[in-house]
Amino acid sequence: MFIKRTLSFVAAAAVSMSAMAWQPSGKVECLAPADPGGGWDFTCRSVGNVMQTLGLVEGSVQTVNMAGAGGGVAYAHTVSKRAEDNKLLVAASTATTTRLAQKQFPGMDVEMVTWVGALGADYGIIAVGKDSEYQNLNDLMDAVKANPKSVKFAGGSARGGWDHLKVLIAAKASGADKLPAIPYLSYNNGGEAMTQVVGGQVDAFTGDISEATGFMESGDLRVIAVLADERLPGKFHDIPTAKEQGIDAVGPNWRGFYMPKGADEDAQKYWVDAVDTLYASDEWKEVMKSNGLIPFHPPASEFDEFVRNQVKDIETLSREIGLLK
Amino acid sequence: METLGFLMDGFAVALTPYNLMFALFGAFVGTLIGCLPGLGPANGVAILIPLAFTLGLPPETAMILLTSVYAGAMYGGRISSILLNIPGDEPAMMTCLDGYPMAQKGRAADALAVSAIASFAGGLIGTIGLIMLAPVLAKFALTFGPAEYFALFLLAFATLGGITGKNPVKTVVAAALGIMISTVGIDISTGTQRYTFGVLELYEGIDFILAIVGLFAISELLFFVESRMGRGRDKMNVGKLTLTMKELVMTIPTQLRGGILGFISGVLPGAGASLGSFISYTLEKQVVGKKGKFGEGDIRGVVAPEAGNNGASSGALVPMLTLGVPGSGTTAVLLAMLISLNITPGPLMFTQNADIVWGVIAALLIGNVLLLVLNIPLVGFFVKLLSVPPMYLLPIVTMVAFVGIYSISHSTFDLYFMVAFGVAGYFLRKLEIPLVPIILGLLLGPEMEKNLGHALVLSDGDWSVLWESPLAMGLWIVAGLGLILPYLVGPLLRRRMNAAMKENPVSD
Repeated sequence: MFIKRTLSFVAAAAVSMSAMAWQPSGKVECLAPADPGGGWDFTCRSVGNVMQTLGLVEGSVQTVNMAGAGGGVAYAHTVSKRAEDNKLLVAASTATTTRLAQKQFPGMDVEMVTWVGALGADYGIIAVGKDSEYQNLNDLMDAVKANPKSVKFAGGSARGGWDHLKVLIAAKASGADKLPAIPYLSYNNGGEAMTQVVGGQVDAFTGDISEATGFMESGDLRVIAVLADERLPGKFHDIPTAKEQGIDAVGPNWRGFYMPKGADEDAQKYWVDAVDTLYASDEWKEVMKSNGLIPFHPPASEFDEFVRNQVKDIETLSREIGLLK
Repeated sequence: METLGFLMDGFAVALTPYNLMFALFGAFVGTLIGCLPGLGPANGVAILIPLAFTLGLPPETAMILLTSVYAGAMYGGRISSILLNIPGDEPAMMTCLDGYPMAQKGRAADALAVSAIASFAGGLIGTIGLIMLAPVLAKFALTFGPAEYFALFLLAFATLGGITGKNPVKTVVAAALGIMISTVGIDISTGTQRYTFGVLELYEGIDFILAIVGLFAISELLFFVESRMGRGRDKMNVGKLTLTMKELVMTIPTQLRGGILGFISGVLPGAGASLGSFISYTLEKQVVGKKGKFGEGDIRGVVAPEAGNNGASSGALVPMLTLGVPGSGTTAVLLAMLISLNITPGPLMFTQNADIVWGVIAALLIGNVLLLVLNIPLVGFFVKLLSVPPMYLLPIVTMVAFVGIYSISHSTFDLYFMVAFGVAGYFLRKLEIPLVPIILGLLLGPEMEKNLGHALVLSDGDWSVLWESPLAMGLWIVAGLGLILPYLVGPLLRRRMNAAMKENPVSD
């Protein structure tokens, strides 16, 4: 414990050394753009706790919930009312970039905030029922290529939402055309969608690995591909990636932060470094492990670019399926 | 056997001191709400929803609290029926017929006691039915595809007017209003925004908890303010308990018949507790024949409807828990609560949220015992509460509603919305437009739309898929019957109900 604490002190000192000019004093606010209990709320609360343990903040990190428009209310609030706030972090994920790409936050775009960093991810998967004829992703995609209407997908997001996009990313990577013709059934959540796949009414499930764990372990659902660069750690190690099946599709649902663009440059740098320090800490690794988060952390210099690229890709895909004109 | 194991786990959840405390509290408040004339079980549960959020209760505790309120309201309804000849809620209407005459003969205490026992028996039978039927139906529900679900929702809408619906046009208007409200926000099957007018707060649609608390609780407040301002009722005398063991034993067959009939009518969508108590009473009259003195204070005339409506209240939970289709107004409110706790009712819930489902079922059993214990010795206390002026109750309810709604999302916008719904609810009730179909439209409309869309995607646009499978076809036929029968049978039943009511001298 003593060593751990010393280490985190050293880490914190290293951060403050590199950002001598600015340090947060007093209360820091973490805005969770949803009701308590969801993923964004979790991001704020767990990061706040670890930041306090590591001494990255002097006072406390207060989580403020601001639900509405899938994060749009919080985005608008950050852009218009808190544009120069040095002590505001806002939780974000792939859901945020998807909505930005599809112009679901009217009058706002990805340029209006600073993207701080990512702290892990939940990876996309494609799964079929246990009695399905499709043994791997290639079988499935060959059927889609032969007749786009032959495989019906079910997922927990709206049409054009992240679960739908993952199917399209995989189909596009496998060389399928006629993307808009691929049937996608949207359900209120992943569980409802899985029931239909397990019950045999729909052919394939698209979602995140964390949602599918229960049905995967009970044997009702066969995960035929995970949309990650490499195989996932631990009990997910047996699931083949799409890449190793020759389909270059990656779909991380990352969790991270953005902050106001008008904040001091020193403050922005401080938070980018702080997220790096946090990600490297043992405390955070423990949080990731106990909550099923999988490592995902583009280097600080590349995160902004990663977000822009993701937005661009989603925008292109959304145009292809006719969701954006 | 498997079920028994789950039930034991459920008891482990329900018997923790924390949950037991809320079950007791819910049972008490429910009885109180039930016995206040005009405040029905749906309103009672709606009023308590914000409290669950204010206290930040975990999902199983929140559901235990609300189901206890539900069961309690069914018990409480009989008190004012017997003492005042004013039903505390609609299902308690039939209890007036023999309950009030008994009270006039000075046997109020006996009527209250025997009806509490009948409520217990009915509730017990209904809950046992629920335990046996629900897991079977939940497994069966896995075979439901979009087409079958569509037919099922159609069935729910078709039977909406039900047998007690007075004006079918107003029911349709109400359901349409609910469906219209539900279309606000992103349409999940196309990903487009509908009726949001660029207002960010509307993008995620209108939270039905807001609508429910506004429509039921806030409009109830407005009604109270308008009509019941001032002092409470005069104190009433309950009299001494003279009920004999012989009389009690004599009513056992009545209790069994009432409970079973009630349960069956509760399971049927749209019928609910009012029908349960009516059928039980009518059948009892037929069975006993001329030997009984129905309408003049026959003890079986109190037992039958009470066993019936409590059996029905458990029965109505069956379709709600297994299929996500509520069988009555109150279960619709409970369904809304489940959804906002992020729990999807249906076959999955029985495996993924087993602790909640079985915790709630175990809580129903425990709640019934608690209610029996509460209702026999404490009946005098509830009678006293009947005479508490509403001016003391109103501020508490208002405060809880506001704090609770605010604590869900921390948005003042939601509070304005809730008040708007309250005012709308007040005017709708003045126009005698029923509120329950609005909630059902709000809850079931999007589900029906979603399943229609999915069925058509799966069949590649071929509409015949909607009635192709035998199961879907069967549901269509039941839906058709549900739509037509009330027009044929409904007026007849209602005439009889009214006639039965008129046979008694109605005095306040």
